[in-house]
Amino acid sequence: MSILDKFAPLQHAYGELQREGSDPFAVTFDSVRSPVEATIGGRPVLIFGSNNYLGLTFDPQVIASGVAALQQYGAGTTGSRIANGTYQGHAGLEDGLAAFFARRSAMVFTTGYQANLAMISTLAGRDDYLLLDADSHASIYDGSRLSTAQVIRFRHNDPDDLARRLRRLEGQPGHRLIVVEGIYSMLGDRSPLVEIAQVKREAGATLLVDEAHSLGVLGENGRGGAEEAGIEDDVEFIVGTFSKSLGGIGGFCTSNQPNFDILRLCCRPYMFTASLPPSLIASVQRGLERLSEQPKLRHDLHRNAQRLYNGLSSAGFILGPHPGPIVSIRLPDVAIATAFWTALLRAGIYVNLALPPATPDSHPLLRSSVTAVHTDAQIDQAVAAMTEIGVALGVLEPGND
Amino acid sequence: MTDCKEIVEHIVAHLRTVIPPGTEISTESRIVADLGLDSLAVMNFVMALEDEFDVSLTMDNLAQVETIADLAGTLAALINRVAE
Ligand SMILES: Cc1ncc(COP(=O)(O)O)c(C=O)c1O
Repeated sequence: MSILDKFAPLQHAYGELQREGSDPFAVTFDSVRSPVEATIGGRPVLIFGSNNYLGLTFDPQVIASGVAALQQYGAGTTGSRIANGTYQGHAGLEDGLAAFFARRSAMVFTTGYQANLAMISTLAGRDDYLLLDADSHASIYDGSRLSTAQVIRFRHNDPDDLARRLRRLEGQPGHRLIVVEGIYSMLGDRSPLVEIAQVKREAGATLLVDEAHSLGVLGENGRGGAEEAGIEDDVEFIVGTFSKSLGGIGGFCTSNQPNFDILRLCCRPYMFTASLPPSLIASVQRGLERLSEQPKLRHDLHRNAQRLYNGLSSAGFILGPHPGPIVSIRLPDVAIATAFWTALLRAGIYVNLALPPATPDSHPLLRSSVTAVHTDAQIDQAVAAMTEIGVALGVLEPGND
Repeated sequence: MTDCKEIVEHIVAHLRTVIPPGTEISTESRIVADLGLDSLAVMNFVMALEDEFDVSLTMDNLAQVETIADLAGTLAALINRVAE
């Protein structure tokens, strides 16, 4: 008997997957040449599975800022934000984020995962209620487990269900913190934020929006779903990450709450981990500026997203409900999904494979995503490869295109 | 006062729609281990019951539920708290 025996069912399922001849969870990139080109196993691939929406990972200015800070400040801070881990860059980035979101304050965390863990577990205390969209990201669920609040899920993107659940709490003491995401990571669908905000107002609740996938993607200034929906004043807390459109790593929360900074002394995932390296901070700071300076990136992203979505949709694939940078194909079962993913990689296209229970509706998903810097020819090549494999595997009717 | 027996009948009626016909169900059936519901199916089935009885189960409530009798007991406590 080993302490790992409890994972035998998972081990078994994983073994089955590997027997199919590929391992989607152990892909190693030999080299990466640009936001969209890499080699895997010695062969060139186009990357259609990342979160690099604006292609900023290779922006020359983003790289140069990082290099300069690496040389000036060294490789890491070796300490917590509340000890020796706050440099001018960290404070400057917090100011930059607050200004970008037109809010009073911002806090920077070491990852987006930790930002959710920190905010959700700290904001919602013993007598409070957390109301989570059922399709919330793992970091939101984990934050709720770390919190002492009561946790209630509502049906995905269903403001009426949220309203019913808030009504059932009438007369109970405590705050109600609603948590939703601007764009959901698996299907790329958007939260109905106008309706959610209305329910929130009527119930006197507090609203936190995770803009992980919508920062730099939605809204006139790229501030995300809340900006696009015109309900920023209803959102007390915006959480986000640097690991997607900003091309780095790290997380943040920004808010207008006057006492926001007290959280620095009670958010454990902020306090008990080392801060981001100065080079990373400098790259992200520059990335945020690039995002603002170049609205064209966002427009190119949406044009590319539309091209990929239209291409796959007219081929006959079942996709998520909203065109956007995440375009996911729903597949009937794990065997087909794995075969599809493997064939696609052989054809030189890398996408993400998402298997239940990490998917919203027990179907596996081929999760593809575009960036602002994919070319039309690359997108057409991906659509053609997916269509050909879709027909070969019987997912599509032949000649549907 | 809604009693557990009546709640069990509602639970079983809902379960019948999501598990293979002919599966044996008793109050001691374990919802995941014996009836084979995955986490998503459990969530959908619990949400339907929540609508029917106009209550919300918390994630803690749900984590403590293993059998149909557990679920009926949890629902009964919530329903009767609302009725107080
Ligand atoms: C909705 C959502 N929130 C938070 C995160 C965590 O972000 P990070 O990669 O910065 O930890 C992710 C990314 O995985 C996400 O999809």
